[in-house]
Amino acid sequence: MSKYIEMIRVRFLMMLAYRTNYYSGILIYSINIGAYYFLWTAIYGGQEEIQGLSVLQMTTYVAVAWMARAFYFNNIDREIANEIKDGKVAIEMIRPYNYLGMKTMQGLGEGLFRLLFFSVPGMLIVALLFPISFSANVTTWGLFFVSLMFSFIVNTQINLLTGIMTFFLFNNSGLIRAKRVVIDLFSGLLLPISFYPLWAQSVMTYLPFQAISYIPSMIFTEGFVGSEIYTAIALQAFWALVLIIPIQVLWLLAKKQLIVQGG
Amino acid sequence: MMNVIEVSNLRKDFISYSSRSGLSGAFRDLFTRNYKVLSAVDDISLSVKQGEMVGYIGENGAGKSTTIKMLTGILTPTSGTVRVNGMDPHKQREQFVQTIGVVFGQRSQLWWDIAVQESFRLLKKVYRVSDADYNDHMGYVIETLEIGPLLDKPVRKLSLGQRMRCELAAALIHNPPLLFLDEPTIGLDVLVKLKIRKFLKELNEQYKTTVLLTTHDLTDIEALCERVVLLDEGKIVYDGKLASLQENSVEGKQVEFQFLANVTEVQLPHRREVSWEKKDGQTWIATVDGDERAVSRLISEVVQRNPIKNVRINEISTEEIIRKIYEEGMATS
Repeated sequence: MSKYIEMIRVRFLMMLAYRTNYYSGILIYSINIGAYYFLWTAIYGGQEEIQGLSVLQMTTYVAVAWMARAFYFNNIDREIANEIKDGKVAIEMIRPYNYLGMKTMQGLGEGLFRLLFFSVPGMLIVALLFPISFSANVTTWGLFFVSLMFSFIVNTQINLLTGIMTFFLFNNSGLIRAKRVVIDLFSGLLLPISFYPLWAQSVMTYLPFQAISYIPSMIFTEGFVGSEIYTAIALQAFWALVLIIPIQVLWLLAKKQLIVQGG
Repeated sequence: MMNVIEVSNLRKDFISYSSRSGLSGAFRDLFTRNYKVLSAVDDISLSVKQGEMVGYIGENGAGKSTTIKMLTGILTPTSGTVRVNGMDPHKQREQFVQTIGVVFGQRSQLWWDIAVQESFRLLKKVYRVSDADYNDHMGYVIETLEIGPLLDKPVRKLSLGQRMRCELAAALIHNPPLLFLDEPTIGLDVLVKLKIRKFLKELNEQYKTTVLLTTHDLTDIEALCERVVLLDEGKIVYDGKLASLQENSVEGKQVEFQFLANVTEVQLPHRREVSWEKKDGQTWIATVDGDERAVSRLISEVVQRNPIKNVRINEISTEEIIRKIYEEGMATS
């Protein structure tokens, strides 16, 4: 276990090695949140609420969704793809650890770093600029963090799946880009799921994406109440378990047909 | 003594696609593609004892790296059996890699953006090396490879020679009994090469580390390995002592005489085992088909008759021998 914790530490060091990336990240997220804030206040106009969400809930939703994204979002799909493309995966195979486990830990290291040094300060700045309602309820916070953990797991699993696909496709930058757009759209980051037409909503209930962003944000804004919260978290847990299966299957196949490119 | 590496009838096939020419060919390739099966490694059997240093040589594309990748469990063999350190490298991967160290000269196994010592620290945790073992063993490695001052620098700031010494140290963190080196001296200057060779020799003597080394630089092999395995198009063409490879393949020695004045062929001694070749008026090359005694007899006869400026005995280098084997096939076996 200690090797996985050490990996998180190394990831922190790597994040610190590129400070410009870190600062520009904060800037980009602030611009995004600001843009959505003004967009939504314009859409609401004088209306009290749309689809059961008040304007205050909506702006909170947007801010929280982006700040949560800082935690669950990672580029390990791209990293896996690059390591496969330039043959670095050979090095990973001669180490006594589980490659996918190590990648997940790297993602977690990155996520924790951004949560602590990026989301928290970012949230404070945003709270100064826009009206945002923070729940005073400790349970809500607790449930939010549980849900956030699951959104990290589900998103990382989808990234692993996309990354492993490189073993079969050899170049899947198109797939990676498509996946990112699909997640932004279907996870409820850009638009809460309840705003989609009903047929689209029913399709999305069968997809894992809403477990990534919609559920934690709805919990935080108290858009979900009572048993709704627990069903939502159970749904996340369900996806976290189910996605293990295709990952393991693909990984076994990938190891069989591993061809180290170049040299 | 137990065999560290035990390989029999090992084979690895790759499917390679070839693209058709032209635009219409590219469109046809979308639907069906031409492919052929290539054997990168073709029916190899090999065994290596503990403490041996084996040079594994061959041209580009002869299958050296593919063999190493199968021995280290990175690739699965198409057929044949591999036992390394008594384990199946692919099936028991996580347990197996604990017992080997690998250096790929063309790839870095250190983390690019962080200081060398951070990489070492992570690897120490990964291989579960105790503090005492680490200090004891790595203290020696770091000192011998002279990488102490480099430890706090990020890998991307190191020169190639510095990086390669750190790579070697990284592969040795868990003091593995078996070390695979895939072109460890590629692109290095003579001083660094010498340092690495000296270190490997010491390591082999001190810990009885078995080393399997591939390289294009045959001086590495000459300096380190008693035994060579020569690979050509996926097959082993020679497996044995480096010295006997040299003995068998040397068909004769060449002696180059530079005379003070022009010399004609009648002035030179003629024997059955000597053939003369004129380079220019003053310089003649004698090819002697015989041992050192024949050579010295020839030299003394020549010197008695003609005043000479210079005599040079050309030994055929290992490089020459290996070039010959590739061009003409193994004549002596």
